[in-house]
Amino acid sequence: MTAPTFDLGKLHGGLRLTANKSSSTATPILDMPIPEQLVLPITQHVGDPAHPVVGIGERVLKGQLLAESDSALGAPVHASSSGKVIAIEPWPVSRRNGDTAPCIIIESDGADKPIERAESAPDFTTLEPDVLLTQILHGGIVGLGGAVFPTAQKLMQARTCELSYLILNGVECEPYISCDDMLMRERAAEIISGAEILMHALQLDVCYIVVESDKPEALHTLGDVLAELHDKRIILKQVPSIYPSGGEDQLVQLVTNREVPSGGLPTDAGCLVQNVGTAAAIHDWVIDHEPLISRIITITGDGVASPMNVRARIGTTVADAINFTGGYTERAEQLIIGGLMTGRSVTTDRVPLVKASNCVLVLSETPSPGAEMPCIRCGNCADVCPVQLLPQQLFWYACADDERKLREFGLTDCIECGCCDLVCPSHIPLTFDFRMAKGRIRELADEKARAARARKRFEARNERLDLEQSKRDSELALQKKSVKQAGPAAIAEILKRKRQQDEED
Amino acid sequence: MLTAILTIATIALIAGLALSLAARKLPYDENALVEQVNDLLPQTQCAQCGYPGCRPYAAAIVEGTAAINLCPPGGEETVRRLADLLGKDIKPLVAATQPAVAVIDEALCIGCTHCRNACPVDAIIGAHQFMHTVIASECTGCELCVAPCPVDCISMRSLT
Repeated sequence: MTAPTFDLGKLHGGLRLTANKSSSTATPILDMPIPEQLVLPITQHVGDPAHPVVGIGERVLKGQLLAESDSALGAPVHASSSGKVIAIEPWPVSRRNGDTAPCIIIESDGADKPIERAESAPDFTTLEPDVLLTQILHGGIVGLGGAVFPTAQKLMQARTCELSYLILNGVECEPYISCDDMLMRERAAEIISGAEILMHALQLDVCYIVVESDKPEALHTLGDVLAELHDKRIILKQVPSIYPSGGEDQLVQLVTNREVPSGGLPTDAGCLVQNVGTAAAIHDWVIDHEPLISRIITITGDGVASPMNVRARIGTTVADAINFTGGYTERAEQLIIGGLMTGRSVTTDRVPLVKASNCVLVLSETPSPGAEMPCIRCGNCADVCPVQLLPQQLFWYACADDERKLREFGLTDCIECGCCDLVCPSHIPLTFDFRMAKGRIRELADEKARAARARKRFEARNERLDLEQSKRDSELALQKKSVKQAGPAAIAEILKRKRQQDEED
Repeated sequence: MLTAILTIATIALIAGLALSLAARKLPYDENALVEQVNDLLPQTQCAQCGYPGCRPYAAAIVEGTAAINLCPPGGEETVRRLADLLGKDIKPLVAATQPAVAVIDEALCIGCTHCRNACPVDAIIGAHQFMHTVIASECTGCELCVAPCPVDCISMRSLT
């Protein structure tokens, strides 16, 4: 086993949180049977929605393309199992509370018959990087760490930058979530294979796989696989378990001691960060030709009978998944999709598990932070902020709706990790306020853009009208002039004709 | 003594010349302020303020002939921003409107082009004796197309 190194950059702030992961990591990952109904939202990624390419009533096979995306930012959706499309309709999703989104609903036939792939694809090492990227694009692979940014587009953007490191993110810093941990324990070889594909696609020579020190089993398995492989390019790194060191920018800072600039991307610091789950998904697609149709999900919390990690088909509903693990306990109160810190509360378990869903958390009681009190300017929030913002200042400006100051103090760099909420002695819901303020800033920018467009159109129209008017004026002047010139001669002609007529009479 | 007087007089002369030159060459630009005010207006070009567009209204505000609370589409927010910029007191808005877009009932449209000609932002397309339609994304909700329609087939659909 290669010895994990400790030469780390410094991360500002952050918190040591109670992990609550041991209950869900006690048992191995269980494969969930195919549910009777699969609900597949056509937008499971950041960016433009995909367009359905199947009709209602059509029979589909496992891995068949259901919706494709032709926009610059998007990812296709594949059928998670074989069956019949019974509807394409709005269905509740976990994106926002009470929100619905168009979904393709498949009634599975239980046969799980896969679609035939044309040929066994050539060895990826013989492919040109760009060809490999296009291939990844067709696999419907998105960032599985939670941001669900389409992976192929992220890689294409990264190809245009000067890169030095590929970083595989195995830092699962949120409490309760353990799907990446279990993935690293059970599918280390696939993760490393995915890393090799990514390195080939990006033509990179250094890859760090970063894992927190509280995951010794994962570190051990990865180390063993690496030791067998003798690939010197892949280096295992161990980082202390501090929330939120799994954030992209934070991880880059921690591993390379390079700071991602405000408003920039990790590629600006020469790094590309991918989740370990994404790497495994890339392996599954490029080597085994299985698109992203299943993922590992942690089902945990004191509201479920037996917390565990399951490998579920994308489109399985939360209710089916929880029933499979043994159902709710009597104390179950609150359902959260995602982690305790950044997850979203949902009111119905009809929502489907999508590519982004890493955790289903059922709690027995809503964690009540206590009554909100005025800010006492203690500065605790600034101490823990991993982005080195001043939440107490931002809070005033958010209250005052001062857009200029909010920008100046870097609200747009806030990663909404929730550390400031946790340490605030006055229980001010800072992250919530910041989220709202960010929304208002976006709205304002939209409004400005709309006004600018209307103004441009108005000015263009006025210009056009002026042009038309001046053209008409000049034509009229020309006509008048020609009438004046031709006038006397014409009158003389008319008089002459009249005289002739008179003489004839 | 004399040197001191001469030195200071020379400096004063040069500075005076420079200032008068600057005042002449770089005249106080009222247009810049008009532009600033215009930037704060919502650019709906709806003429509800009584001026034939946002820029004329901005010019009137700068001139001092128009109050800052005459822009209903801008809402209280615009009044507040204008007051901030010009150092005036915030006044309640004369009238409030809801954001809306115009919708043409295409079955009733006779293709007269009156609405198309009235639209200040060219958000209506359609040729003579052909059906017209509103480009919803470009419509500012100014309602200027509603009145000219001879068959009353245009209605405003609220966006809220």
